[in-house]
Amino acid sequence: MTAVPATAIAAEETDAPRRPVPPRPVTGRGPGRRSRLRYALVVLAFLLPSAIPMLLFVLGPMVAAAGISFTDWNLLAPAKWIGLDNYASLLTDPRTGDVFLHTLYYIVGYLPLVYVGGLALALALNSALKGRTLLRGVYFLPVVTSWIVVALVWRWLLNPSNGVVNTVLGFFGIAGPGWWTDPNWAMPSIILASAWKDLGFVMVILLAGLQTINPDMYDAAKVDGAGWWRRLFSVTLPLLSPSTFFVLIISLINGFQVFDQVYAMTGGGPAGASQVVVQQIYDLTFRYGRAGEASALSWMLFIVILAVTVVQIRGQRRWVNYG
Amino acid sequence: MAESLTTRMPVASLAPVRRRRRVSVRFVVLHVVMIAGALIMFFPFYWTLVTSLSPGAGLGVTPEVVPTDPSLAAYQQLFTERPFAQVVLNSILLAAITTIVQLFTSATAAYAFSRLAFRGRTAVFGVYLATMMIPLQVLIVPLFAELKAFGLIDTYLGALLPTFASAFGIFLLRQAMNQVPFELDEAATLDGAGHFRIFWTIMLPNIRPAIATLVVFAFMGSWNSFLWPLVVLRSPELQTLPIALAGLQGQYTTQWDIVMAGSVVSIIPMLALYLFAQKYVIQGVANSGIK
Repeated sequence: MTAVPATAIAAEETDAPRRPVPPRPVTGRGPGRRSRLRYALVVLAFLLPSAIPMLLFVLGPMVAAAGISFTDWNLLAPAKWIGLDNYASLLTDPRTGDVFLHTLYYIVGYLPLVYVGGLALALALNSALKGRTLLRGVYFLPVVTSWIVVALVWRWLLNPSNGVVNTVLGFFGIAGPGWWTDPNWAMPSIILASAWKDLGFVMVILLAGLQTINPDMYDAAKVDGAGWWRRLFSVTLPLLSPSTFFVLIISLINGFQVFDQVYAMTGGGPAGASQVVVQQIYDLTFRYGRAGEASALSWMLFIVILAVTVVQIRGQRRWVNYG
Repeated sequence: MAESLTTRMPVASLAPVRRRRRVSVRFVVLHVVMIAGALIMFFPFYWTLVTSLSPGAGLGVTPEVVPTDPSLAAYQQLFTERPFAQVVLNSILLAAITTIVQLFTSATAAYAFSRLAFRGRTAVFGVYLATMMIPLQVLIVPLFAELKAFGLIDTYLGALLPTFASAFGIFLLRQAMNQVPFELDEAATLDGAGHFRIFWTIMLPNIRPAIATLVVFAFMGSWNSFLWPLVVLRSPELQTLPIALAGLQGQYTTQWDIVMAGSVVSIIPMLALYLFAQKYVIQGVANSGIK
């Protein structure tokens, strides 16, 4: 599932002062040179198992990707240094704008669906409901399913000719759209499938947030004569803002990286109508052998994600209530 | 509205009755809506199963909602005509190794960040956390080139290596270790225990719930991972479930019974794991959202 990432970073910032780890080495064996060396070896022994793969398979490649982005390379022949040409050609290629726009379309369609849906479910599950655990379990089920399965199942449900959705619509005399075979409906199909999968994830996060709200707040609001909607907007949502913030950060990071479901549902089609950034990176690398350009595009994506995340973390003080 | 009504009208017998009935109507409506919603959410799973039991589905045929003549033909075809048993084994093998190694690298790193004092600890931890923001896609090209140089393309090891360190796992276990009282380590130190003993006999047993959460997430992450295995594993007999499933679609464009049978095979282990460890999965997600 999930890059539970940036929150970790956001969480770290708000968390650190509250629960500091006392830097207490449990050596207690005097400052002799031999024991200092021994201690250093202990630290290395605990750190290297994670540090080696981090350096070799994350940080190293990250830097290498920047290098590759300045070259003309097809993965086979020796790379040729071409400076900023890849970035220049990407910025002038209208398809670059298109893939970012399609990705944005995905995010703008997906985010309100999962947030409003997840909030409604979380509110319902937070009330005195019979069979809450079972209901929560069912709503969460798609989260543990792989994107590929989700994409395939929805491709089948939304099959234009004999998929169940259009069959049911047909009963009511509605001619269903062509879904993933229609350029106008390809992205809505992907959004629908993705929202179905992630609804339970958002629900659980918001539910956890709701459960930290002190019930006295509601009683006080009731005494003041606040109705249900008023309590939702004046009590629940402000107090839920840390969880909302988390959902926003995660959804935007994952949204910009949308790929699996696109690859399996439409492959970016029809006619490139659902081509997203990562699908383009994949195609550039493995279909067209333009690895340098692909690296440049992936760095552009990384910078966009970084900027969006930083802006959100910066802006959180304005609306996130860490009461 | 009703509140103001009851305060204005001092008819004691009327007010409570009205109020109770209103609550119970809302109560019933809420249940009906939630159950209907759950059925809709569940329907795609049901439909997957039904389709997999309806031979010929998709070839102009929409399966019946309750199949009158269910058949396992699609499963038989899946396992006899393709190396699907091998594919399932591959997925299990890769997920198991990923889980074990991630547990090891996460627990040791978490101990270093929670219990060992060394220069640059905060900085190193910060770098680890920052890696969580790097999309895998940024790394594909250089990783592919690197593993190609090592001769590891189209090998299990090539698929495994990049999954060995997990910043999320390290973060999760460090948070858990920070909750373990330092008095425990101090007592053990007085008894002459070194860091390795403390790590093994005190720390690990005390963070079991977090370990369970990590096991579930690591296994699930590997089982469902797509992009990297797609890039590395080329031979059909090395492929994992998601890759094989995506491939089925190309090969049998219209044979939805087979594609859905493959999906059922892929879903069931996750479903079992989820039912078995629901508490840890939900807790893991919920905790990640609380500041």
